Parts: sequence; C-alpha cells; structure tokens
Amino acid sequence: MAHAAKVGDAHGGHGAAARASVAHEEGQQHPIRLYLVVWVWLFILSTFSYLVDFFHLQGMLRWSLILLFMMLKAGLIVAVFMHMKWERLALGYAILVPPLAVLIFVAIMVLEADHTLLSRLQFFSPNPN
Amino acid sequence: MEGIAQTQAAQRPGGMEGFVADWSSDQRAFKNVSWGKAMMWIFLLSDTFVFGCFLLSYMTVRMSTRVPWPNPSEVFALEIFGTHMPLILIAIMTFVLITSSGTMAMAVNCGYRRDRGRTAILLVVTALLGATFVGMQAFEWTKLIHEGVRPWGNPWGAEQFGSAFFMITGFHGTHVTIGVIFLLIVARKVWRGDYDDGRPGFFTSRGGRYEIVEITGLYWHFVDLVWVFIFALFYLW
Repeated sequence: MAHAAKVGDAHGGHGAAARASVAHEEGQQHPIRLYLVVWVWLFILSTFSYLVDFFHLQGMLRWSLILLFMMLKAGLIVAVFMHMKWERLALGYAILVPPLAVLIFVAIMVLEADHTLLSRLQFFSPNPN
Repeated sequence: MEGIAQTQAAQRPGGMEGFVADWSSDQRAFKNVSWGKAMMWIFLLSDTFVFGCFLLSYMTVRMSTRVPWPNPSEVFALEIFGTHMPLILIAIMTFVLITSSGTMAMAVNCGYRRDRGRTAILLVVTALLGATFVGMQAFEWTKLIHEGVRPWGNPWGAEQFGSAFFMITGFHGTHVTIGVIFLLIVARKVWRGDYDDGRPGFFTSRGGRYEIVEITGLYWHFVDLVWVFIFALFYLW
C-alpha cells in the first residue's frame, strides 16, 4: 500500500499508469445513480423537517421527528457522499467514535443548565414565595 | 540479524530530521487512504468538536434562561407575494446547500473518470451555489440587524439568542466562504489539466492528482453536514 502511494507521489510527472493504479486503489468510484438517489432522499428529508415546523407540530412528536430526520440526513451524507461506507473500519472508528464524547458533554451540560435555571428561579424571581 | 538491524538503525538520520523520519516512516494505520485524505478527516473531526461546543453552549444558555426564547419560526419568516411563509429563507438555503453537495459528489465521480471538463464545470456550479448560500445568509443577517438583533439583546426575548445566532451561523458562513475559495482554486487546476499531468501545487509541491477533488469534496460535504445540525437544532428547535 505504502509503496503504491509512494509511486504516485514521487513520480507524479511520470506515466498515467502509476497514478491510475493509485486512483484505482485509493479512489472512490461508484455509480452516479446512487448519488442521485441519495440526493433525492436528502431533498425529501429536508422537506419533511420543514413541514414539521410548517404544521406547528409540538412536544415530543416535534423533537423526535426533527432529530430523526437530522440523523438520517447526516448518516446519508457521511456514508455515501463522504464515502465512509466503503472505507475500512480503522478509519471509520477513528473518526466516528470520538464525537460520541460530545454526547457525554451534552449530558453534563443539561444537568448544569437545569441547576442554573433552578437557581435563577429561586433567587431572581419577581415574586419569591 | 541483530547486525543488520543495527546497521539500519545507524543509517537512519539523527536529530530533528530523524525524529520526523521515524514518526513518518512507512507506518500506516489507514490502509487504502492517502495521507491527504486521512489528514482532512482528522481536521474535520477537530472541526466537529468546535461546532459541537458552539451548539452545546447554545443549548446551555437556552435551557438555563428564565426569559422566553424568540420563536425562530417567526423570526426567520418572510412575506413572499403577500403570503406569510415561516422559516422560508432557511428552507431555501438548506435546499441550495444540499444541491451543492449533490453537484460536488458528481464532480468527484467525474474526476475519477478523468472527465476534465465536466469536473471543472461541476466544481464551479458547486462554488456558485455556495456563494448563493453565503449571499442569502448576508441578507438574513442584514434583515435581523435592521430589526434590532444584537449579540447582547433583541426585541423578542432572551438576550442570548443574538450571540448564539451570530456565533454559530457566522462560523458556518466562514466555512462556506473558505470552501467556495478552495472550490474555485481546485476548479482552475482541474481545468488547466494539473491533475492529468501531475503538475505540482505551488504550496505543497506534491504532484497534482484527482484525489484532491475528493478531499475538497470531503470538506464541502462536512459544511453541508454541519448545516443539517444547525438547521435542526437552532432553527427548528
């Protein structure tokens, strides 16, 4: 692998055959049809999320639909447009696992925000009881 | 065996040069993935944390304020031909950005098929759609600033709305702008045939190859990806 990459890098000016082999090995070649299907789905999902707001859906239904459409769109973009679906697991895990730490951060900050809100309600309310 | 190993160790350069050589010597964790692509992914990971922290602080200030949050659906509504359309500008911006992601994916595909003309045209179309997005964002900022939205206050509710809005959309808009510039640079190189004859880049002096289109594409799709989260969490929430 490393050898092939070196050939491509070091002999950039040389024949197209060396680069073509690199492109074959490292490039991502998939049918255009697949991209079009994903593209259409992204449009449909965006329209759905807009309609959630347009029809004034509220409460749990609103949150769950918004998050569902968001995750589906993000998944389609990363998996197909960014080719993560076809990359080896070593890269996939290296890139996709660390952001999960953000979710822990979210949990911590939800607790923190609740605490701040309770303190504000208790000490800064116009009519404390 | 030991002798050979010692000879090899002796031949390796010392000092700073040796430090760099040892850390970069044929030790490759990400097979099939070139150095440039791996580095772009790692950069995108770090950028994920930056945007993650912005959205996180937005969540924190929104959850912890006693003052009602301004309704984004109404704040970003427009009157179009006398019809009141909630959030319509943001919806159009979303569609423009998704369309540009589609043309970008096509450009990567055409690049690997060595279709020079189509790749360049698709890259320029992607850049134009990106510029359209930034233009609409500038319009949105102008409208809101005229209505009195400031980082420290606004006419409708919680003061934190303005700071979160300008910070998050401003940082995203900057990313789109940088992306547009890079797309135009890459489009010019494709058009000139740099990636067909391996002409070295002026900055990296590495031979040009069509993989650069894919790496630029990764950045562009990431910008679209971030917008998916901003659209859901800031505008629809």
